[in-house]
Amino acid sequence: MSLFIAIVAGTIIAATPLVFAALGELVVEKSGVLNLGIEGMMLIGAVFAFWAVFAGLPMPVAILIGALSGAAASLIFGVLALTFMTNQYAAGLALAIFGGGVSAFIGRGFGSTPIPSLARLDIPFLSDIPVLGPMFFRFDPLVYLGLFMVVAVGWFLYRTKAGLILRTIGESPQSAHAIGQPVIRIRYMAVLFGGAMAGIGGAYLSVAYTPLWVENMTAGKGWIALALVVFSTWRPTRLLVGAWLFGGMTILQLQGQAFGLRVPSELLSAVPYLATIVVLVIISRNRQLLMLNFPASLAKPFRPSG
Amino acid sequence: MRFTIEQRPEPSVTMRLAAPVIATALTLFVGSILFLALGHDPLRAFHAFFIQPISTMNGLSELLLKASPLILIACGLAIGFRANVWNIGAEGQLIMGAIAASGIGLFWPNPDSVLLLPLMFLAGMLAGMAWAGIPAFLRARMNTNEILVTLMLTYVAALVLSWLVHGPWRDPMGFNFPQTALLPPAAMFEPFDYAYRLTPAIFITVVAVIAMWLFTDRSFMGYKLTVGGAAPRAARYAGFRESSAIWVGLLAGGGAAGIAGMAEAAGPLGQLSSTISPGYGFAAIIVAFIGRLNAFGIVLGGLLLSLLILGGETVQITLGMPSAITRILQGILLFFLLAADFFIFYRLRRLKEAV
Repeated sequence: MSLFIAIVAGTIIAATPLVFAALGELVVEKSGVLNLGIEGMMLIGAVFAFWAVFAGLPMPVAILIGALSGAAASLIFGVLALTFMTNQYAAGLALAIFGGGVSAFIGRGFGSTPIPSLARLDIPFLSDIPVLGPMFFRFDPLVYLGLFMVVAVGWFLYRTKAGLILRTIGESPQSAHAIGQPVIRIRYMAVLFGGAMAGIGGAYLSVAYTPLWVENMTAGKGWIALALVVFSTWRPTRLLVGAWLFGGMTILQLQGQAFGLRVPSELLSAVPYLATIVVLVIISRNRQLLMLNFPASLAKPFRPSG
Repeated sequence: MRFTIEQRPEPSVTMRLAAPVIATALTLFVGSILFLALGHDPLRAFHAFFIQPISTMNGLSELLLKASPLILIACGLAIGFRANVWNIGAEGQLIMGAIAASGIGLFWPNPDSVLLLPLMFLAGMLAGMAWAGIPAFLRARMNTNEILVTLMLTYVAALVLSWLVHGPWRDPMGFNFPQTALLPPAAMFEPFDYAYRLTPAIFITVVAVIAMWLFTDRSFMGYKLTVGGAAPRAARYAGFRESSAIWVGLLAGGGAAGIAGMAEAAGPLGQLSSTISPGYGFAAIIVAFIGRLNAFGIVLGGLLLSLLILGGETVQITLGMPSAITRILQGILLFFLLAADFFIFYRLRRLKEAV
C-alpha cells in the first residue's frame, strides 16, 4: 500500500515541471506561435532559480527569478519570430541551443552543491486522511500551483473574452487584426507567459525536485512538453492527464531500477522517450482529433498591413 | 528621425549573401564583449579564440577535421530542410552510425580484411538511415511530427551508446573508462601524415558536397523537393508526392550523419566512446542555415562552426574559459543570422517629417 501511495504521489510530483512548461507552450501555440525553445528556457529558469537559492534569497523570490529569466529568454525568440518574422522553427531551435549554453556557463560553479529544497506544504486536515492524505495533500506549493494553473488557463482560454481573442488570433490573425486587435502585442504576451511557465518548470527541477544543478538537467523535458501539447490536442485538462502519464513513466522506471529489474538502467531510462513517440503516433494518426483544436495559424508569421 | 519598415519590391540578392557575413561579424562583436565581461583582454581572447587555433599546421588540420563531419551532415540535412522536413536528430543518427561501424570494426572475424573499412562505411550509413527512417515512416504514414521523433530518438541513441560503452562493449583493459577497445588498424583511416590527425575521410565530405550540389541544382528530384518545401500546394498540383520528399529528406540527413559517425570512430578517435561527438549533429543544423541550404555556402558555414568549436577548446585550455561559450556563440550566431535575414525581404526607410 505504501508503495502505491509513493507511486501516485511521485507521479504527480514528477509531472509538475512538465505541467508548467507544456501549459505555457499551449497558450503560446493557441496564439498561433510555435516556440521550440522550451528546453532552453527551462534550463535558464533552472540555473537562475538555483543561483538565487544558492545566494541565500528566499524560495518564492528564487522561483520568481526562474520565471522572469525564462520570460527574458523567450523575449529573444519573440523579437525574432514576431518582430523580425523569422522562421519560428529556426528561432526556437536557436533558443534551445543558446539556453543550453547559457545555463551551462552560469552553472559551471554550482556542480553538486546541495541547497535547501522547497519545503512541503501539507494541507491542514486533508493531509491527515489515511491513504488519500499522503497521496494527494502533502506536496510542495508548486505542485498545487501547477494544478491551479491548469484550471486557470482552461478558464482563461474558454471562459474569458481575452482568451477568446487569443484563440481568434491563433486561428486567423488577419480577422483579429481587421477588427482592431493588436495581434503582435498579444502574441508577445503569450510568448512571455510561455517563457515564464517554462522558467518555473525548470526552477522546479533545480530547487524542488532534485534539488541540484546539473548541466542539461532537463534531459529533454522541454521537448517532451512540446509533445504533450500535441498529445493534449491543445486542451489543458488532457494536458494534465498526459503529464501524469509521463510522470508515472518516470516513477515506474525509477521503481524498476530499485526493484533490481534485470534491464540495464540506460535502457530503462529510454522508456519515457520511446513512450513519447508511441503516444505521438497514436494521437497524430487520428487527423480529425488532431485538427479539432489545432490553431490554424500555428508557426505562420504575421505582418499587420495597413 | 523616424523609420518605417517596408517590404522590398523583390528580395535583395546582396542581403542574401551579406546576411551570414553580418551575422558572423556581430557574433564576433558580442563574443568580444563576453570575453571582456569575463575579465579577459578582449583582443587577446579574440586572438586565442579565432586566430591562434588556425595559425599552425596542426590547427588547420584540426579545423578541417572538425569541419568535415559538420559539412557532411549539413549537406544531408539541407536536402530535408529545403523540402520542409525538419530532421533535428542528426546527433542521434551520427551516434547510431558510429555504433554500427564500430561493431563491425570490433567484431568482424578477420580484423585484417581490406573489406573492413568499406563494410563499416556501409554499416554506418545504413544505421544512420535506419534511425532516420523511423521518423520518416512515422511522418509519411502516421502523420507524426518529425521534429519531436528525431529528437526523442537522439536521447534514445545516446542512452544506447552509454549502455554499450559502460556495459557489454567496454574495453576490459580500459581502466573502466566508458569506451571500447581500440579498433584494429585495418578498421581505421590512415592519416595523411602521422604528425596530424587529418585523414582521407575528408574526401567523403568533398564527394558529399559535390553530390549535394548536383542533386539540388541539377536534378529533377532535387527540384521537386525544393518546390515541395517552398510551395507545397503547387507541388501537390504538379503531382509531386509529399511522402517521397519526406523519405528522401530524412534518409539523406540520416545517411550523412551515420557516415560522419563512422568517420569519427574510424578516424580521429579510433574507438567508440561516450563522447563520440561534441554536438556535431546540432551544430550542423546551424551550418545548413548559415550556408543558405546551398552546397558551397555549407562549406563556408562548416569552416566557421568548426572554428567556433576549435576556438572554444583553445580558450578553455589557454585562458581557462568555460567551454559552454561555444554553444552560447552558436546560439547567438543563429539569432543574428535569422534577424539579418529579415532585411532580405524588408528594408528600413526614413520617414519624411510631416510639416
